[in-house]
Amino acid sequence: MNNDKLIIGGHEFSSRFILGSGKYSLDLIKAAVENAGAEIITLALRRANSGEMANILDYIPEGVTLLPNTSGARNADEAVRIARLSRELGCGDFVKIEIMRDSKYLLPDNQETIKATEILAKEGFVVMPYMYPDLNVARDLKNAGAASIMPLAAPIGTNKGLATKEFIQILIDEIDLPVIVDAGIGKPSQACEAMEMGAAAIMANTAVATAGDITAMAEAFKKAIEAGRTAYLAGMGRVLSKGSAASSPLTGFLED
Amino acid sequence: MDEFNADVVENRIDHMKYLPDMEVIDSDVMDQVISAMNEYDYEQYTAKDVKNVLAKERINREDFGVLLSPAAEPFIEEMAERAQLETRKHFGNSVMIFTPLYIANYCENYCIYCGFNCHNKIKRAQLNAEEIDKEMQVIAETGLQEILILTGESKTKSDVKYIGEACKIARKYFKVIGLEVYPMNSDEYAYLHECGADYVTVFQETYDSDKYETLHLAGHKRIFPYRLNAQERALMGGMRGVGFAALLGLADFRKDAFAVGTHADLLQKKYPHAEIAFSCPRLRPIINNDKINPRDVHEKQLLQVICAYRIFMPFASITISTRECERFRNNIINIAATKISGGVNVGIGGHTGEEKGDEQFEISDGRTVKEVYDAILSEGLQPVMSDYIYV
Repeated sequence: MNNDKLIIGGHEFSSRFILGSGKYSLDLIKAAVENAGAEIITLALRRANSGEMANILDYIPEGVTLLPNTSGARNADEAVRIARLSRELGCGDFVKIEIMRDSKYLLPDNQETIKATEILAKEGFVVMPYMYPDLNVARDLKNAGAASIMPLAAPIGTNKGLATKEFIQILIDEIDLPVIVDAGIGKPSQACEAMEMGAAAIMANTAVATAGDITAMAEAFKKAIEAGRTAYLAGMGRVLSKGSAASSPLTGFLED
Repeated sequence: MDEFNADVVENRIDHMKYLPDMEVIDSDVMDQVISAMNEYDYEQYTAKDVKNVLAKERINREDFGVLLSPAAEPFIEEMAERAQLETRKHFGNSVMIFTPLYIANYCENYCIYCGFNCHNKIKRAQLNAEEIDKEMQVIAETGLQEILILTGESKTKSDVKYIGEACKIARKYFKVIGLEVYPMNSDEYAYLHECGADYVTVFQETYDSDKYETLHLAGHKRIFPYRLNAQERALMGGMRGVGFAALLGLADFRKDAFAVGTHADLLQKKYPHAEIAFSCPRLRPIINNDKINPRDVHEKQLLQVICAYRIFMPFASITISTRECERFRNNIINIAATKISGGVNVGIGGHTGEEKGDEQFEISDGRTVKEVYDAILSEGLQPVMSDYIYV
């Protein structure tokens, strides 16, 4: 299982936990990344300051892949502009597309997300779109050049867990890209469940950021994600079906 | 009433009728807000209603009314707990810091409660481009990335172009530019948006039109509907976010707070992308007044209103002003407020040490940016200088 790598846009990662960097103390980012064993950390470009005080970029440990997001974008054009700015600022080629035109629920706009994905993929970005789990949209995103898809489990920040479970399962089954479950994961057990389903990775922010002990929660998520991944690879489905198998085969009569 | 005031009162114009240059938009938002407010009867609610609302997951407008009622006052602790939970869910531990910059204090309005009103003999001033640049430079050196530009409400003295120039200068030093200036037409908002501003706050003061009429005796501000529709015109002009407030205590604060929330809710539904913000100014009750006035807004009532805003609209930004004291501000950012000012000077030109014009009001929390920054950290929260990108 040591060769079990997460591959996104040709880049290899051992960790399957993508950690958010917003919403908590900058001083804790380094420890959180370490305890989470995270190799990818998201960064809202709108948080990246050029000022002396509190420049989040200064707090992100070296060697970690930055995944800048386009939060603040209300349409494809704005997302594209933010992504290009991110590249200019030296934040690399990864981009998580977040396009919201609803300030209340912050649900992603799938149509605009497809448009932005197409443009940015052509420009050589490793595009990871945040999306509402819709199979047709997921296919369009793949065709538009997405490197992964990031369906939401529940509305962002709600900690409600896998509210869209059935639909995420369809994406996992049908889409030949890493499916990274993003938003709404509130507890390690929910992250574990998503991994057992075959999700490629988990992205969490609020659940870690608002924990009493942020670094301990980062570690708890890491372990849960690893457990879920191991269970998935172990073939949990077969274990269960074996357990319920009839003692004498129903089709045994064919041999008679 | 002296002769002068009698004259003003005698000659006042119809406060519901637009003046010639004022844009009229096709919107029923004001009518909806006013009728919802008029129907809102907070006396009908009981402790049971409050408990029911607090047990609900999704809070509608009527529930919001319950939370603003006197029946909810004894549940202030439960409300604060719920508010804190919602705040953390939507904002994590982040608290934004900004500072207001008053670039002029000329005013053409006669609002009887305001220190800037045109009949008050105060020192008037307006900063020129060079002075604005200097002030902003000094402010930017404190590490701030968000600025709120304010003028008195004089379109003649501080015209749209002047405010636009201030926005352009601000773009050199800051990432986030908000405006708290006189209401204007949507094309003027569009121009200021092009100049770099993206947030517009207008205090309606009170949504009670009859009361409004008696407080705003002269000037453009007298026109109640033009002011009430300012946020919608700002959104039509392309602004990203709009801020709402009533000056609590001017009229019935519960009804006013209900109108503020209703107004924000209706505009967010009509313009779903709009970012919503609340400010929570209040008139302080007169100390040593023996009579207990049920309409007085003490800290407890202010907290109730702020918690109700938060529980009703968990995603909205809530700003706490320096009108409140350090103790209240430190505690409210731990419960519901998500934006706090620091290094505040409400005079004209006060940041560079050469104040040219007088202040609008006295502030109760004179802490520097660094002090506010450290206070946020010591609450276990994360100070954020900017959470915004101009696109």
